[in-house]
Amino acid sequence: MTTRLFGEKVQRLEDPRLLTGQGRYLDDLGHDAVAVAFVRSPHAHARIRDIDVSAALDAEGLISIYTWEDLPGRLAQPLPLLIPHPALTHGRTAYPLAKETVRHVGEPVVMVVAEDRYLAEDVCDLIRVDYELLKPVVGIEEAAQGAQLVHDDVPGNLGAHFVQEVPAADGRGAREAIEQAAHTLAFRLDIERSASMPLEGRGVYARWDGTDLRVYSSTQTSTSVRMAIAAKLDLPLPNVEVIAPDVGGGFGVKIVHPWPEEILVPWAAMTLGREVKWTEDRREHFVSSAHERGQVHFVRVGFDDDGRVEGLEVTILHDHGAYTPYGIIVPIITSTQLLGPYKLGSYRVEFSSIYTNTVQVTPYRGAGRPQGVFCMERTMDKIAQYLGADRTAVRERNFIQPADFPYDQGMVFQDGRPLIYDSGDYPEMLRMLKELIGWDSFERRPGVGIGIGCYVEGTGVGPYEGGHVQITSDGRVHVSTGLTSQGQGHETVFAQIAATELGVPIERVSVVTGDTRRFGYAVGTFASRAAVMSGNAIALACRKVREKALRIAADALEASADDLEITEGVVHVKGAPGAAVPLATVAVLANPLRYAFDEEAKRATQFAGTASPDLPPVAEGEEPGLEGRDYYSPVRSTFASGMHAAIVAVDPDTAEVEILRYAVVHDCGRLINPMIVEGQIHGGVAQGVGGALYERMVYDAHGQLLNASFMDFLMPYATEVPRVETAHLETPSPLNPLGIKGAGEAGVIPVSAVIAGAIEDAEGIAIDRMPISPSELFHLRG
Amino acid sequence: MKPPPFTYHAPLDLGSALDALAGAGARGKVLAGGQSLIPLMNMRLASPSHVIDINRVPGLDTIEDERGGVRVGALARHSRVERSGPAPLRRALKLVAHPVIRNRGTVVGSLVHADPAAELPAVLAVLGGSVRLASLGGVRDVAAADFFVGPLESDLRAGELAVSAFFPGLPPRSGFAIHELARRHGDYALAGVCAVVTLGDDGRIAAARAACIGVAATPQLVELEGGTPAELARAVQERTDPEGDIHASAAYRRHLVGVLAERAFTDAAREAAQ
Amino acid sequence: MTQEERHEITLVVNGVARQARVPARRLLSDALRHDLGLTGTHVGCEHGVCGCCTVLLDGEPVRSCLTFAVTVDGRELTTVEGLAGPGGMSPVQRAFAECHGLQCGFCTPGFLCTVTAFLRDNPSPTDDDVIEGISGNLCRCTGYQNIVKAVHRAAELMAEESE
Ligand SMILES: Cc1cc2nc3c(=O)[nH]c(=O)nc-3n(C[C@H](O)[C@H](O)[C@H](O)COP(=O)(O)OP(=O)(O)OC[C@H]3O[C@@H](n4cnc5c(N)ncnc54)[C@H](O)[C@@H]3O)c2cc1C
Ligand code: FES
Ligand code: FES
Repeated sequence: MTTRLFGEKVQRLEDPRLLTGQGRYLDDLGHDAVAVAFVRSPHAHARIRDIDVSAALDAEGLISIYTWEDLPGRLAQPLPLLIPHPALTHGRTAYPLAKETVRHVGEPVVMVVAEDRYLAEDVCDLIRVDYELLKPVVGIEEAAQGAQLVHDDVPGNLGAHFVQEVPAADGRGAREAIEQAAHTLAFRLDIERSASMPLEGRGVYARWDGTDLRVYSSTQTSTSVRMAIAAKLDLPLPNVEVIAPDVGGGFGVKIVHPWPEEILVPWAAMTLGREVKWTEDRREHFVSSAHERGQVHFVRVGFDDDGRVEGLEVTILHDHGAYTPYGIIVPIITSTQLLGPYKLGSYRVEFSSIYTNTVQVTPYRGAGRPQGVFCMERTMDKIAQYLGADRTAVRERNFIQPADFPYDQGMVFQDGRPLIYDSGDYPEMLRMLKELIGWDSFERRPGVGIGIGCYVEGTGVGPYEGGHVQITSDGRVHVSTGLTSQGQGHETVFAQIAATELGVPIERVSVVTGDTRRFGYAVGTFASRAAVMSGNAIALACRKVREKALRIAADALEASADDLEITEGVVHVKGAPGAAVPLATVAVLANPLRYAFDEEAKRATQFAGTASPDLPPVAEGEEPGLEGRDYYSPVRSTFASGMHAAIVAVDPDTAEVEILRYAVVHDCGRLINPMIVEGQIHGGVAQGVGGALYERMVYDAHGQLLNASFMDFLMPYATEVPRVETAHLETPSPLNPLGIKGAGEAGVIPVSAVIAGAIEDAEGIAIDRMPISPSELFHLRG
Repeated sequence: MKPPPFTYHAPLDLGSALDALAGAGARGKVLAGGQSLIPLMNMRLASPSHVIDINRVPGLDTIEDERGGVRVGALARHSRVERSGPAPLRRALKLVAHPVIRNRGTVVGSLVHADPAAELPAVLAVLGGSVRLASLGGVRDVAAADFFVGPLESDLRAGELAVSAFFPGLPPRSGFAIHELARRHGDYALAGVCAVVTLGDDGRIAAARAACIGVAATPQLVELEGGTPAELARAVQERTDPEGDIHASAAYRRHLVGVLAERAFTDAAREAAQ
Repeated sequence: MTQEERHEITLVVNGVARQARVPARRLLSDALRHDLGLTGTHVGCEHGVCGCCTVLLDGEPVRSCLTFAVTVDGRELTTVEGLAGPGGMSPVQRAFAECHGLQCGFCTPGFLCTVTAFLRDNPSPTDDDVIEGISGNLCRCTGYQNIVKAVHRAAELMAEESE
């Protein structure tokens, strides 16, 4: 019997705790902590004239009030610009508490600490901030004109301007190739703002004991939060620990760090000598975390009679809100991942990243890809329509072929590395999708349409992740990795990997993520990278531990390590199950002891007679203990892919859109746990449907967010999400030992493109702007 | 998002409830199901100094037949009325929020709350019902037409408790229907139409009434003579002039009123014929 | 500084009478989580839309974020912590695990309470019934498909176990 767990639908190890109310989310911790609330700017753009706290001073439960003036040292400086880029010539970040100017509704101005959150909010209501109103800059095109400025020292509101060009094989630029092509089309495509919107908001809880600071944060990257806190509060790194407890969803927004609250709350804990906690409420989440997706795209394409693209030029206006802490990752991803599964004759992309007086923009699941895929797939549909050709045939003619891998797109990707696809089989995938949705047998009926969308997703970006594996003398396997979990089932998939690699039952494996006390080096959970990066690191660490276990067991069994294998947690000679030693014993033997603490441990003490008297108890080059640590750092990203299709019905009278069927074919290399991958796809598609038909952030001309509640920001319920039909293709990645690719973001990426195509097919009206509401569709009908 | 402080009153009978309300005056609010009041308080958009919680007042959770209709008490929750109330209310309630909200929300609370996008005020209006208001000064019945004053504004005065609402039954040869369009299932409607039609001896529609949801500050009542559903719908549409908001433009809303009115008149006529 | 008035209340939570001294404005969700330490009930919006905070009040699902604790003084509540029986997780909980009906788990307690009451009233629901039954709960992770599956599976388990 072998422990084949890799690839199985293993039930999740985290579930028993989460199903019985035993999960530990941020606000479940710190029962005795005092509470923080913020006075946030009600204006999109204003200068702070005066802050008057006098009316608040004798409020019940007040502990302390802080403004920017109170912040010491580096805490008073702007927050870090996390991802600098040479093209980001005018990167700007906020102060933890506003200094002089506020640049979006929701920007924190005053921090209040009180005995509980109710009282803290009462205090906030009593603080008077006198603002001098400045003209707000709202709307990407208005902002691009630069008549009003978000930052006085950023002319034209232009944060970054970036051009990448891949010339044709004969050296012609994309513009020239388009001019000279048999056919050209030009059009504009828009995607509106949305947001990650996890059901658990952000939150921070800090404890200070005079020397050591322990911070819990609902974050996607505890290691980086730790470094930021140490730097901002001027503490030695070893004295700061950051733990991501159970996290109620992230979807990108919790990768940003340090949030103002992530350094202010620990600082308050140190200053006050009390446990301090801030739990974000929903209104705060709407106006003071981050949004994404808002972009305008101008597309020009030249193609031949068969629909082969000879040149594509895309010019993007990216709305990055008031600040750029996460750099220009989103438009970089749009501009590179736009290429999808296609081999274009030539390509030129240019983007301008523009400041507006709105909430900052940082990645939301998909991170710029939904916009890029919308551009490319709408382009394919328009070419097909122009030529009167089948939409799938045009795509097929432009596909990269299986023999072309590795395929170099000739660009620089978000990790600063060349955009080289590792593997895939796009023609086969299209065949599977057409079969699944019944593309060729689809019957035309009035008001019903079919749409398709294809994408390639760079997953598992570097720089690295690590894993640590320790087998203790009770035979249990303790795995830790630094990146964090927000519901992706990492505890389970990493345990599956460890159990498979080590030959132990999965029940004996436990996994800890996102706790810097257990693993200090990590990057974080984003870009569908967790399984690829930490999964491979853990596999490598397991292989080290396995090797050591076999070495020690070989000694004990007087056999050669090559003849040993591990099954069900026992090392034995292949074919001779009698000659065996449990991993528990191997763990004991791996750690020469002076003191016995139980029966097992006696075997490792000095008079047990197990060690050779002529050798040092810990051999040269060895370390005590049965444990190993390794890192995985790939040269490049690995590229997952997928294709979706949908059939929609549009009500002829009300213009309501109903999704009748939704089909997904997906390739993320080898599947570790198909159940979990399917779950990721379902969730991604649901978010995609939200983005296509329901969700948008609506700002008025004053920079007020008009729908900052779940009543008006319309996340789909079960009644709005279609059943998703899935099929998998597995083309293993040649880049990593496990052959896996990431799956976390896949579901969301092409949905707007697919639904737009289907509505267009049903209605015969060009759909160039998403999301689309019944009201907007009604007006398009004219 | 925590509510502001208030003084809490939990009267155990109607008399003490009215006493407390009288004492609180304009600074008091009745707490029934709390499904509209508490979200507003959590957002600090409402901050009553006194909250008079009527949930322990006996005798208010009634649904009783009364001559010509049904009287629904102030503590009759949506979910109960949905099971055992009159047919028009039952159907309308399926469109109100979600089952869990309906377990707490009350029909009378919804009327007093007077949200222009809410279903129940339109039902009361189209049926020509009334609300009974009690205070230390006495009891008065206010007809639907006078009760809804503006958006989130009813004729309830300081010190008054709405003790019940009366929903008249349909005349003979009459039918009722409600159609609406909400962005998500359970959301407040973008627009909706409640219709009542009465058939003449010839089997055609002889009289029709419609109350429109979400198109004006209060449920907009349109009374018409006979006609086909399409003609009647056009007449309703001509008399409405909705505004646009972030979810729907004015023109689309107006278009919807026509579509929904025709559907409602058609269904109501079908019901009347049965 | 005036101290806000406190009210002595008793909540019978998961069969145990628990006392608390709370201001009138204390939301039931906060009373459960912070006064009684039952943090299994989650808070996702505090305006009644997400359903994370759903608990059973005398057996009926209600939003604990839209209920003042003082209003339900003396009443019986069931929270996610009280769904499992002495023999382990309830059929609904087991079905959610089996069908992968949860990812981050934040919405899960609200779904479990809602579904427990729903299946009590509709022991063999259709697909449409199930979708209507869970239509007031948001989940940002699962896309609901596996939750719907889990509800059907729970109905099956309950039927098997009552035989
Ligand atoms: C997520 C969500 C979705 C919703 N969707 C809809 C929907 O689609 N359609 C819809 O119609 N409603 C909807 N509602 C509102 C719901 O129907 C409410 O229950 C209803 O509007 C108010 O009833 P209540 O008993 O909860 O009133 P409360 O919230 O207790 O009170 C509302 C107001 O009425 C006053 N009041 C209540 N009862 C009395 C009384 N007897 N005498 C005097 N004053 C009184 C209160 O003082 C308060 O001002 C929704 C609510 C939520 C949370
Ligand atoms: S927290 Fe109560 S419904 Fe969202
Ligand atoms: S499992 Fe994360 S919100 Fe539902």
